[in-house]
Amino acid sequence: MKILVAVKQVAALDEDFEIREDGRDVDADFLIRDLNEWDDYSLEEAVKIKEGHSEPVEVVAVSIAPEEADEALRKCLAKGADRALRLWDGALEGSDPIAIGRALAAIARRESPAMLFAGVQSSDHAFASTGIATAAFLGWPHAAVVSLLKYTAGARSAVFRRELEGGLLQEVEIECPAVLTIQLGINTPRYASLRAIKQAAAKPIEVISLADVGISAGEVGEAGSHSHVRRMLIPEKGHAQLIEGTPAEQAVRLAGIIREFKGDAV
Amino acid sequence: MSGVLVVAEQRRGELRPASLELIAAAQSLKRDGDHVAVAILAPSPLALVAALKLAGVDEIIAVKVGAAEFDPDTFEAALSALIAERAPEVVLLAHSVDSFGYAAALAAKNGYGFATDVFKAERIDGELVATRGGYGQKVNVEVDFPGRQTVLLAIRGNVFKAPEQAGSPKVTEWAAAPIASRARGLEFIELPASDDVDMTAAEFILTIGRGVGEESKVAQFKELADALGATLGCSRPVADAGWLPKSRQVGQSGKTASACKLYIAMGVSGAIQHLAGMKHVATIVAVNSDAGASIFGVAKYGIVGDIFEIAEELRRHF
Repeated sequence: MKILVAVKQVAALDEDFEIREDGRDVDADFLIRDLNEWDDYSLEEAVKIKEGHSEPVEVVAVSIAPEEADEALRKCLAKGADRALRLWDGALEGSDPIAIGRALAAIARRESPAMLFAGVQSSDHAFASTGIATAAFLGWPHAAVVSLLKYTAGARSAVFRRELEGGLLQEVEIECPAVLTIQLGINTPRYASLRAIKQAAAKPIEVISLADVGISAGEVGEAGSHSHVRRMLIPEKGHAQLIEGTPAEQAVRLAGIIREFKGDAV
Repeated sequence: MSGVLVVAEQRRGELRPASLELIAAAQSLKRDGDHVAVAILAPSPLALVAALKLAGVDEIIAVKVGAAEFDPDTFEAALSALIAERAPEVVLLAHSVDSFGYAAALAAKNGYGFATDVFKAERIDGELVATRGGYGQKVNVEVDFPGRQTVLLAIRGNVFKAPEQAGSPKVTEWAAAPIASRARGLEFIELPASDDVDMTAAEFILTIGRGVGEESKVAQFKELADALGATLGCSRPVADAGWLPKSRQVGQSGKTASACKLYIAMGVSGAIQHLAGMKHVATIVAVNSDAGASIFGVAKYGIVGDIFEIAEELRRHF
């Protein structure tokens, strides 16, 4: 019995950053990397299912990324993943979420899990697409923005709640195996203990190639993508009018704004 | 391949507001002579047709589906067939929770060009170009779709303004072939208003975000909000941590703060979903220690500073 958890090492930008010379991405020197916040919740959900099950359940964290993602995968190992798997090949460079989904599906075929979790979206590019694209290539049932899950490892169906707009939820029953994208707040992700972090540092990360999962270079990267980045640019953004001064002075202005509003409201 | 197909969205028999915004987005893309069709998928789609009869719409396609509510398998199958038959150049969906559940699969299976959370769509030298945000909305990313006959774009909400002028499009009934879906909607659940607060009616909201740091600090902001005559709200991380009930969460997935006119956000960095849910507010004041926080991009006034200091100083005035 196995649950596959797709994770991403996301990138945030330094306060000052530069666009790469070709104009199509930010210069990698300005990227600050971390495990995607959503993936922390999907990993926790898988580990909880494992802990609540009497038979052994293997939680496998998988990432399609170069070596720098090992840090995110080690975090997953420290938080309860049993194995970490990383697929990379230079041909994957420039992949959009659909190309990544194709690669993830190939890994899932090799691993044949009972369930696949992905985050709703990643905090950097927020495509909200990878998990559902993966399901398409697998031909599996799928659902997005799951905020509560009732599932026993290996069961033929699961019941979950989707978090809709405006504070509405929908309860849905789905056949398994399925791909579910997991929303923030579905659980409380654990902190890794120092001991677990140390143990994770010693665990191997299995690195596999496109050939290992039977995909050709032309199916991923820009060739296998359904969109192509023309350029990235720094937007001219509207910016708030800054209230300067000491905290006391700033509070006076803020109090004035509130009074003005209350005057209007009367 | 030509023309634009808009996929309107409905839930529990009501059209979702984003549907009308998509019609406006279609106008920004269509070329002279392009046909703009709006598809509405529902068990009784004709009931929803009237509200879609707007200027710029040439045809409404009332797609009768078997599922009572949104269902990924049902929508994928129906739209795959409809798109194959109509061969539009562009298909527009809302970037919504429903489309999160099937848009990527629809594009992946059928080979459509694909981009989500698009806030600008245009033609540059005849090429379709979509713009979306990247790296937490710090950059704009322009994407195109070389070689794709049909391109599916999921459009960000609250960007395009819904058209108001009525039109007289023709209405076509279209029955989707029945399929056996692998999921079954059971019931809808409304978030309970657990502590008798109605965020939807509040005109003045003071919200705390992740910057509040710990649960023990929440009480002082509740006290401040009461003194100011504001309703205390929170962003997602505060509700997820259980420091305030979910009924106080504002933003896209929280309660819609539709009546809000003055919004003071303290320690809210401004995730895109939060900003999208508060964009309509006339006066947003952001207080945050991080001068680079996204919320300063939408706020009218900004204070870069410590939220506890500002709160303490502000309290003296009320």
